[in-house]
Amino acid sequence: MLARRIIPCLDCDLGVPGGRVVKGVEFKKIRYAGIPWKLAAKYYLDGADEIVFLDITASHDRRDTMVSVIKKTSQEVFVPLAVGGGIKSKEDVRDVFNAGADKITINTSALNHPDLITEISDLYGRQAVVVAIDAKRRYELEDCREIVQTPEGPCWFECSIFGGRKFTGVDAIAWAKKAEKLGAGEILLTSMDKDGTYDGFDIQLTKEVVHRIKIPVIASGGCANPAHILQVFQRTDVSAALAASIFHFGEYSIAEVKNYLSERGVNIRL
Amino acid sequence: MIAVIDYGMGNLFSIYNALVRVNASPEIVHEPDRIIGASGIVIPGVGAFGKCMEKLSRFEVALFDEFRNGTPILGICIGQQVLFQRSQESPGAKGLGWIAGEVVKLPEGVMIPQMGWNSLCIKRHAEILEGLADGDMFYFVHSYHCVPEDKSIIVATAEHGVEVAAAISKDNLSATQFHPEKSGKKGLKLLDNFVRSTRC
Repeated sequence: MLARRIIPCLDCDLGVPGGRVVKGVEFKKIRYAGIPWKLAAKYYLDGADEIVFLDITASHDRRDTMVSVIKKTSQEVFVPLAVGGGIKSKEDVRDVFNAGADKITINTSALNHPDLITEISDLYGRQAVVVAIDAKRRYELEDCREIVQTPEGPCWFECSIFGGRKFTGVDAIAWAKKAEKLGAGEILLTSMDKDGTYDGFDIQLTKEVVHRIKIPVIASGGCANPAHILQVFQRTDVSAALAASIFHFGEYSIAEVKNYLSERGVNIRL
Repeated sequence: MIAVIDYGMGNLFSIYNALVRVNASPEIVHEPDRIIGASGIVIPGVGAFGKCMEKLSRFEVALFDEFRNGTPILGICIGQQVLFQRSQESPGAKGLGWIAGEVVKLPEGVMIPQMGWNSLCIKRHAEILEGLADGDMFYFVHSYHCVPEDKSIIVATAEHGVEVAAAISKDNLSATQFHPEKSGKKGLKLLDNFVRSTRC
């Protein structure tokens, strides 16, 4: 039986040599958590099942920096590496795979060019394509939307792009189903309502997406402590939980979180 | 020198880096004559069965000679599958056929591809499993699995709707359905075991 995965996420500012891991996507009250490859190596030794790098640099010409970060990391880290943020073309994809990445994560470019999912999937295999969906609750119900019942009332979910700065009108659940058909191997599902709240994962959203597709789903957004991860694993069949800041600033180590989950009956790799 | 066969299907950095980490001297080889005299050979796993065999075919004669000479060979993922005669993934494509049997689709009702960490059930002692135990977890990514005619070559299985042949061993031939180079310390241990076998 497959173990549930714990995935630390490194939001990387690649505007400086070697890059730096930052907390939060908004460039306000920014906190630096460390050098990407060093933090990745620490998490690997601490038991991370996989590591996600997200390039949040607003400027261009940073692809070389991401390539060097991944090259360095893949010499030290022997679990799967996923890379996302600003990947637009098959050339971008080739560069990060050649540097040692196992998966790429695409959001904006997949919504703008859904064929990109199929193209990458055909070239590198379905397992290499993670479609990231940033979903926001909408309580104004419309026809042709996938409606979800929540304790706060019925709602649908809208996809956002550019790190939550722009909304697309696209139904997130319908998009997850379409992405699966197009060749996505996994969905990285972030709740924009929960992200940054430290209030726990969006259980209803996660549960609905997991039920409606067959490929694995990674829950993201809102995690502040091990109990939140336990909750999303107990209440949904989600394959993995992603978290960033709870690991970055030493609040919890990955080993602590995994022990906590294992003691409570979750199938975890220790 | 451990030859890692590059048959032009993408990322070999991970296996290269993992072999360096266990103090081996890997070389990514692009030409069949470079594997002659290697102390060990790794057939890595990327892509679909038919495509792999197409790319691997020019290595076939040299590989078979090394196999017959007793050079330790490790197949990983698709590199395990191509050792068999055929695969449902690519009907009509011929595998290396060193192991009698075929590669079949994972059963309905389980997540396909199997992607993630699964635990091993060790069936019998094998050199590559030295120091590893029942329940140790490894990273799998696959949609098809190997069914050898001779079940005794299966040294470890993993449960995913069916007993998947997770590791096989036959004379100088070893293979894993999982990716040891992506399986953390346990995976490095397995690679270390393989590298040791090339030094005997």
